[in-house]
Amino acid sequence: MSRPGAAISTDSLRQRAKEVRREIIKMLTEAGSGHTGGSLSAADLVTALFFYKMRHRPEDPDWRERDRFILSKGHAAPLLYAVLALSGYFDKDVLKTLRRIDSPLQGHPSSKTLKGVEISTGSLGQGLSIANGIALGLRMSGTGQRVYCLLGDGELQEGQVWEAAMTAAHYGIDNLCAIVDNNGLQIDGFCCDVMKIEPITEKWKAFGWHVIDIDGHDMDQIVSALDEAEGIKGKPSMIVARTVKGKGVSFFEGKAEYHGVAPSKEEREKALKELE
Amino acid sequence: MGDTRQKTEAGNREPGGRQAVATRDAYGAALFELGKRREDVVVLDADLSGSTKTAKFAKAFPGRFFNMGISEQDMIGTAGGLSLAGKVPFASTFAIFETGRAWEQIRQTVCYSGLNVKLVATHGGITVGEDGASHQSIVDVALMRALPGMTVIVPADGMETEQVIIAIVDYNGPVYVRLGRMKAPAVMPDDYKFDMGKAYLFHLGKDANIIACGIMVSSALEARKMLASEGLDVGVINMPTVKPLDAEAVLKAARSSRLVVTAEEHSIIGGLGSAVCELLSEEHPVKVKRVGVKDKFGKSGKPGELLEAYGLTAKGIVDTIKTSL
Repeated sequence: MSRPGAAISTDSLRQRAKEVRREIIKMLTEAGSGHTGGSLSAADLVTALFFYKMRHRPEDPDWRERDRFILSKGHAAPLLYAVLALSGYFDKDVLKTLRRIDSPLQGHPSSKTLKGVEISTGSLGQGLSIANGIALGLRMSGTGQRVYCLLGDGELQEGQVWEAAMTAAHYGIDNLCAIVDNNGLQIDGFCCDVMKIEPITEKWKAFGWHVIDIDGHDMDQIVSALDEAEGIKGKPSMIVARTVKGKGVSFFEGKAEYHGVAPSKEEREKALKELE
Repeated sequence: MGDTRQKTEAGNREPGGRQAVATRDAYGAALFELGKRREDVVVLDADLSGSTKTAKFAKAFPGRFFNMGISEQDMIGTAGGLSLAGKVPFASTFAIFETGRAWEQIRQTVCYSGLNVKLVATHGGITVGEDGASHQSIVDVALMRALPGMTVIVPADGMETEQVIIAIVDYNGPVYVRLGRMKAPAVMPDDYKFDMGKAYLFHLGKDANIIACGIMVSSALEARKMLASEGLDVGVINMPTVKPLDAEAVLKAARSSRLVVTAEEHSIIGGLGSAVCELLSEEHPVKVKRVGVKDKFGKSGKPGELLEAYGLTAKGIVDTIKTSL
């Protein structure tokens, strides 16, 4: 499975995303803690990356010619673990060990414990710099791989993100596509109340990026944005994806309270029904 | 300090009449040589390439040099990414910014993931001089030493620096190398070979032993001479690798004399002195005195004046030994 998405339909991708959400809910309830809202909001985006866009080999995670995915918003670890398991990097049963002592599935992703995780993240604002470095290194090698990086909108409050924004534009890193999961919420409430970050699109444009605005839950728009980004030369691409925190489970949607809270057992049952 | 040649105690050999050079200059030269030999070596700097001496590499290998501008945090992350793409990145700026401004990036991105990133910082210590406390790095060794998996190296002179740079490129893992701005007298013997994690024993003393790193090795050798004229037998050990510490060498020093003195151009909190105390308090308690910056900030002044003012001199070491024996 080098390029899984070569023939996959957006209908199948939507089904996949539902499966991913189900696994997220199950593993978080089992763990009893973790980040529900921000894992669900980015589920469609990351599903499209792993099952449509990226060249990767789950059976050979260190394959040199793979595209790379950096989860800068490391608290969405359950989402990453779900797509890795469903891609076949490891057995789905391992998802039950999330956050347990000695589990490869650490609370935030650790590249030391789990194949398929390119780099340990969790402390916000650092992923884009790493993605830049990988993309520069791959570009020097001339082998054509691409690098994808998922950021949270709250994460854009970290200054390092804007240092990296300058770097990517300055060095014309066009084998890089970043995505902002613009769900509008952070731990303490609405981003616009905590620390205003809008206008996000204009900011990235001003920093010299090619920016694509999409509905981050519309699979057709996601797929076409990823394709468009691949064709952009001479500058990095940013997909600003409008999303809903907790998307897919009605009683989690748009609630800051579920940023860092796992579903209870009753909530799990109700959520899984909605995701059938 | 200055251009005067130092006699070392190793077989009474003079270190080949080598000139005093700043360790940052030796770094620039070594990096240039490495660049010729190793295609995978890349260099990053944060707008200080003229001062850190990475500019020589930048000029020779422009496609492998990345000036990141004044953004140390991004520089460390980018270096991490380059290492993930199979390169061996050397990231340089002043020690104060490299280890302070970007500490969190070094912790999370470099050390936690065990990345093969070489952090080579210049302008360590108070001999930065006139720029003052804002630019004088006196806790960098402490900050780096506290990170799991980090190797910390403070070379004593130009020759040792060149050997360190060549050695770390073949070691897979994060390394912090702390270099200085001012010329450092040549102290290591011509036949010296740097061995990561190993101390160099100039002489084992019966009355006291000085364990030093960086420019304080030169002062320690001078202190030994001054005390010898008073009939005291004082040993000198160069400890370039502050972490992992050469425990065997430290224990040997502690077993052969009743006083161990550490000497470093760094705070007495968290650096070489602390490392030696941690080991000896558990394994072989003897009296340890730490010569270093005594929990104070630096200030503006000529490097020599500052060393005097903070007691980081041969005389400072001599006085410490005399009052402690």
